Amino acid sequence: MVTFFIRRTIGAALMLFVVSISTFLIFFGLPRLAGATPETFAARYLSRTADAHAQQVFAEKLGFYDPLWLQYWNWIKAVFVGTDYDYGTGIEHCAAPCFGYSFRTNHAVWDDLVDRLPVTVSLTVGASILWLLTGVAVGVLSALRKGSFFDRAAMTGALAGVSLPPYFTGLMFLYFFSYQFDLTAPGGTYVNFTDDPGEWAYSLILPWITLAMLNAAAYARFTRAGMLDTMGEDFIRTARAKGLHERVVVTKHGLRAALTPIITIFGLDVGLLLGGAILTESTFGLKGLGYFAIDAINKQDFPQIMGVTMFAAFFVVVANLIVDMLYAVVDPRVRLS
Amino acid sequence: MNTVISPRQDPTARSFLELRDLKIHFPTDDGVVKSVDGLTFSLERGKTLGIVGESGSGKSVSSLGILGIYHRGNAKVSGEIWLDGQELVGASPETVRGLRGKRMAMIFQDPLSAMHPYYTVGDQIIEAYRVHHKVSKKVARKHAIDLLARVGIPQPDRRVDDYPHQFSGGMRQRAMIAMALSCDPELLIADEPTTALDVTVQAQILDLMRDLQQEFNSALIIITHDLGVTAELADDVLVMYGGKCIEYGTATEIFENPEHPYTWGLLGSMPRLDQPVTERLLPIKGTPPSLINVPSGCAFHPRCAFDGRTDGASDTVVPELQLTGTSGHRVRCHMPAHVRQQIWLNEIKPTLEGTGGLAVADMSALPSASEEHSEETA
Ligand SMILES: Nc1ncnc2c1ncn2[C@@H]1O[C@H](COP(=O)(O)OP(=O)(O)OP(=O)(O)O)[C@@H](O)[C@H]1O
Ligand code: SF4
Ligand SMILES: [Mg+2]
Repeated sequence: MVTFFIRRTIGAALMLFVVSISTFLIFFGLPRLAGATPETFAARYLSRTADAHAQQVFAEKLGFYDPLWLQYWNWIKAVFVGTDYDYGTGIEHCAAPCFGYSFRTNHAVWDDLVDRLPVTVSLTVGASILWLLTGVAVGVLSALRKGSFFDRAAMTGALAGVSLPPYFTGLMFLYFFSYQFDLTAPGGTYVNFTDDPGEWAYSLILPWITLAMLNAAAYARFTRAGMLDTMGEDFIRTARAKGLHERVVVTKHGLRAALTPIITIFGLDVGLLLGGAILTESTFGLKGLGYFAIDAINKQDFPQIMGVTMFAAFFVVVANLIVDMLYAVVDPRVRLS
Repeated sequence: MNTVISPRQDPTARSFLELRDLKIHFPTDDGVVKSVDGLTFSLERGKTLGIVGESGSGKSVSSLGILGIYHRGNAKVSGEIWLDGQELVGASPETVRGLRGKRMAMIFQDPLSAMHPYYTVGDQIIEAYRVHHKVSKKVARKHAIDLLARVGIPQPDRRVDDYPHQFSGGMRQRAMIAMALSCDPELLIADEPTTALDVTVQAQILDLMRDLQQEFNSALIIITHDLGVTAELADDVLVMYGGKCIEYGTATEIFENPEHPYTWGLLGSMPRLDQPVTERLLPIKGTPPSLINVPSGCAFHPRCAFDGRTDGASDTVVPELQLTGTSGHRVRCHMPAHVRQQIWLNEIKPTLEGTGGLAVADMSALPSASEEHSEETA
């Protein structure tokens, strides 16, 4: 069991390493093939009026003349131990984890990311709980009453839920609930949980529902299929033959087995969302990581893009790792192999 | 009808277990599946009934029906099931649930899929015990260990915490038996308890079941494809075909004076009549009947070599299960008893003894095997 965990952790670290190399190459390797020079890289940090000499000096200072592997090494080293930037006017220390500075705002990328994180985490946690509970509940009921009116209505609703994009449902919700009926917070509102938990939930309820709807629908279908499968298993027949109450048969024996694969996709979905729920965040004007990423991409702010990419990759890889370990805890057959 | 069914006309003097005209039908999109269509038999404590028949003849559905598993859901159950004076078909689902696992228990065919992969063997036995007995976990665990020891699992106090996949096939079946025995059931149904096991383990499990039955004095129903198993364990034998009983009698009668052509076919697949069997049943020519469109008349007629000897009755009239000879032997066939006995003595028995098996020659003289009846899915 312990070696299993160690193996998986090493695997996760390797994965992040590969992602970091790819990210680095995309932004610093590929442009070279396309004809970019150290000077053009440096130019991004300077005003448009800076002359060729200034560019060279700056490229030298930022290490753009170094071989690629050294540049990569410095980039990674900064993440772990921090680094000093010499802008000529003075040395600036960037503490670990250092992802550099934005081209445009000169803010440290890491600080910006950490700033945005609470918004995305709030959105993800609320929405994921909502969709997990409703999706699984609806899926189980549908499976147990297969073919009933409830089942058909739920599955039709689920189909609609999966097919409607969040910017459509989100805008509809905003229009009706916030602007017509004045029940919920208008777009762009966000209050820190620590400032006022009530306001926090109030400001997030529509984004939660919007995001949850999308996934709840998928989870309902998934749970229903899993439950139908499981309830046909031999061990369910055995559980009934023992004289267990039907409630116990369904939950302890049926749901327990059907939920295992759902835990997997749930972990991955949450990990993915922690890197930023781009559509939902944009629709509701929530300044989370997704919003940040879109903004950085639009503005071609490479340090920001790289930072947010690594950040998102980190969440996905960690979620994967947690899911793997959970799986081993949940399914004894995995434990031994 | 009177001549047909119950061995006992007096409704008050019942056997420990008694089925009367049990029917279990499943309405499906393709039509009604008549999995069990009028099953009647009785069984006393301490006795063993063997139910044999091909795949899809309704053996498992009958046994699950006795346990009341089809009470809810979309199955149509009719007839009567009497367990120790209590009628179960009309009883409330909750009443039957209270009996299930406690007074009547079941051993399933494939113990790997029949046990929950996520719970330890011990937990599953403890659960079976505690649902019917209000005892602490500790007491139940002690009971589980005792049971595992009783069914011959070495180091039961350690193996109790193992998961089913950590057991070998034979051990799993023992654990399954321990689970079924956890509440000292008076009726034990074993649905192909040895099919998934290799030959030596099969023999051990059968021995174990025989011992346990004597120890607990339970009524045992053993369901199998394998007449050899039946020959070893059963006092009475019931042969099922297409959801119906087509021959019923003491084991001696069935093995020495079988009167139904289908039973002859089954016997033909045994290596030797008087020896324990180690080989699986060889399929009788043709396919088992559809349970949705059961062949008219005698359900076996498309595969029967003798349907020509009944003046056409086989194709149109459903034969009744009629007494033949003494000792409650019953057969569902239009041929007169003396004709059947003659065919057995003169045509079938010699070939069986002569070749030591594979004597389905008579059956293969059959009119075309019924493809049109083969849409049944298992
Ligand atoms: N829930 C159900 N709905 C519809 N049909 C069913 C259902 N359960 C069983 N059947 C049908 O009933 C028939 C009898 O099945 P059963 O399992 O009793 O056969 P069996 O004699 O035990 O066969 P085997 O030897 O293969 O175990 C089969 O044709 C099966 O398809
Ligand atoms: S009734 Fe006719 S078809 Fe059926 S078993 Fe007897 S002889 Fe064969
Ligand atoms: Mg069966």
